[in-house]
Amino acid sequence: MKEYTIALAGNPNTGKSTLFNALTGLKQHTGNWAGKTVTLASGYYRYKNIPLKIVDLPGTYSLFSNSEDEEVARDYIVFEKPDVTLLVLDATSLERSLNLALQVLEMTDQVLICLNLMDEAKKKGLKINAKQLSKNLGVPVIPISARNREGLDVLSDTLLKMCSGTIKTKPYKMKYREEIEAKIIKLEKELSEILGPDYPARWLAIRFLDGDSKLIAALKNKLASNGEGGGVHGSTTALGRSGGGHSC
Amino acid sequence: MKDQSDMTTLYLAQSGQKFLIQKVKIKGDLKRRLLDLGFVPGSVVEVLKASPLGDPVSYRVAGTVIALRKEESQLLFGEVIQR
Repeated sequence: MKEYTIALAGNPNTGKSTLFNALTGLKQHTGNWAGKTVTLASGYYRYKNIPLKIVDLPGTYSLFSNSEDEEVARDYIVFEKPDVTLLVLDATSLERSLNLALQVLEMTDQVLICLNLMDEAKKKGLKINAKQLSKNLGVPVIPISARNREGLDVLSDTLLKMCSGTIKTKPYKMKYREEIEAKIIKLEKELSEILGPDYPARWLAIRFLDGDSKLIAALKNKLASNGEGGGVHGSTTALGRSGGGHSC
Repeated sequence: MKDQSDMTTLYLAQSGQKFLIQKVKIKGDLKRRLLDLGFVPGSVVEVLKASPLGDPVSYRVAGTVIALRKEESQLLFGEVIQR
């Protein structure tokens, strides 16, 4: 039976681990401070009898690899290619969360956004138009409260539909200055010829132009290890998604 | 936008004041980090409280409290917009 992989990403202290526990029934350590999750924790649950593997990534404000935790989260999303990256945003401080959201939308098409801490947002009198946000960002946006187990069924339902390809996303992609766009397009074309469709060529092109030498090293590393044991990587891709891929 | 000589730094803003960031005069990784945390040109930062020895100082930025040392806050230029 197919097993889908879901990665949980988001800012520190937005309730990723609480959601992880609520979904898997595990008791991963949760705490009200930033930087609690530094390594990857994974757990399983079944929804409608389909096994889902949930991977809890470290919370970060960004994925430009300023630090080890950002690197861990970024490498997982780009190189391990989960079937869906579930972005957990803090409904009470969206302004802060959307920075990371735009970065993730640049990295992969398979993004589902959940607005966590909706109970807190309500207490503060905040009203969030999830539908409009979904329209603007081009991916599903589901309001939840992981702590009170609200919205989890809708969330699991949408996750499954995205894994199986029933829901197709059209993520909003940042547009850069004309001159930069021209360079991105040129580099993107070359990169996708070299790397094939398995890597997010546009995102890599942008990072290359930014001079991200650590990423180039990580990519080289990844390609070298694929050469030796490419079987594992190939099978995850086959299991992954039916269509779409990373054409930006 | 004002000329840089008219700007002050976040370090000089007082507790309780709101400060509009106009220029982040830092290079490299630290700049990236500060931008990620919400210290971007155009954002308004509220000065909260200094630690007992005066440094670092905590700021409310994009809905969260972040503390900066004076080495960082001296390089964030802009103006106080209200008391």
